[in-house]
Amino acid sequence: MAIEAPEHTPSGPVRRGSLGYRGRERPAGGFELWSWLFMRVSGVVLLLLAVGHVLIMHVLDDGVDRVDFGFVAARWASPFWRTWDWALLILALIHGINGLRIVVQDYVRWPTIRFAVNMLFYVIGFGLFALGTVVVFTFDPSAWPGTPGSR
Amino acid sequence: MAKRKSDVGTLYKGSPGQWSWLLHRITGVAVILFLFAHVVDTAVVGWGPEAYNRVVSVYHNWVVKLLELGLVAAVLYHAINGVKIMVFDFWPASARRMKSIALASTAIFVLSMIPITWIMGRSILEDAGVL
Repeated sequence: MAIEAPEHTPSGPVRRGSLGYRGRERPAGGFELWSWLFMRVSGVVLLLLAVGHVLIMHVLDDGVDRVDFGFVAARWASPFWRTWDWALLILALIHGINGLRIVVQDYVRWPTIRFAVNMLFYVIGFGLFALGTVVVFTFDPSAWPGTPGSR
Repeated sequence: MAKRKSDVGTLYKGSPGQWSWLLHRITGVAVILFLFAHVVDTAVVGWGPEAYNRVVSVYHNWVVKLLELGLVAAVLYHAINGVKIMVFDFWPASARRMKSIALASTAIFVLSMIPITWIMGRSILEDAGVL
C-alpha cells in the first residue's frame, strides 16, 4: 500500500525481491497510522461481512435470481440481517473511500483537484451512509400489503 | 536478439508483489465504485415492490451477471490478498516465505473461483439461452 513519503519510518536497507526482515513500511504515527490500522481491522471484519454477503447473495442458492422485494422483506424481518447489512454498509463505505483517498494521493498531484476529488468521495459516502441507514432502519413491508414477504 | 529479462520482475524493477499490489488496487476501486451504485439500487426497496423489482431485474440480465461474476472475483481477490498483506504486516518474519505465501494466496483465490465460476456460469449460460 502506497503511503505518503513524509510519514515513512526509516526502514533501512531492504533487499530487492524480498521484504527484508523488518517487514513492510507503515506510517510512523498520527492519522495515517490510525488509517493504516483501521484498514486492517475493518478488513478482517469485512472478510466475514463482505465475503459472506457476496457468497449468500450472489453465489449460493440461485444467487441474485431469487432476490426481489419479497426476499428482502423476509430477510430484513430478522434484526440479525439488518444489523449485518448496516455494519457492512458503514465499514465498506469507510474502508473503500479511505482506499480511494490513498489512490487519489498517488495519482492526483494538484492540491486543489486532489481536495475536490476527495471531497466528492466524502460527500457521496456521507450521502450513501445516510440513505442506506434510513432505509435499513425504516423499511416496513407492511406499507405494501398483499406483496410476498409483507405481513 | 536475446530477450531481456530483469532479475526481479518483468515490467519494471519491482518485486512480484507489484502485480498483487496493482490487482489489489484495481479490485478495490472496482468494488467501491460498484458499492456506490449498489447502495442506491438497494435503497429503492424503501419505495415498494414495483420500483424495487424493476430495479433488481437489471441484475437478472445475463450480461450484468457476467459483470457480477467479475465483482465476486474482485471481492474475493481483494479479501484473500488483504489477508496476505496482513500476514506480512503483523508477522514480518513471514517475508522470508514471501514467494510461497503469495503463491498460496493466489492458489486459494483460483481454487475458490472454480466452483463459483461453475455455479454462476451455468446461470449466465442459461439466461443467455446457451444451456
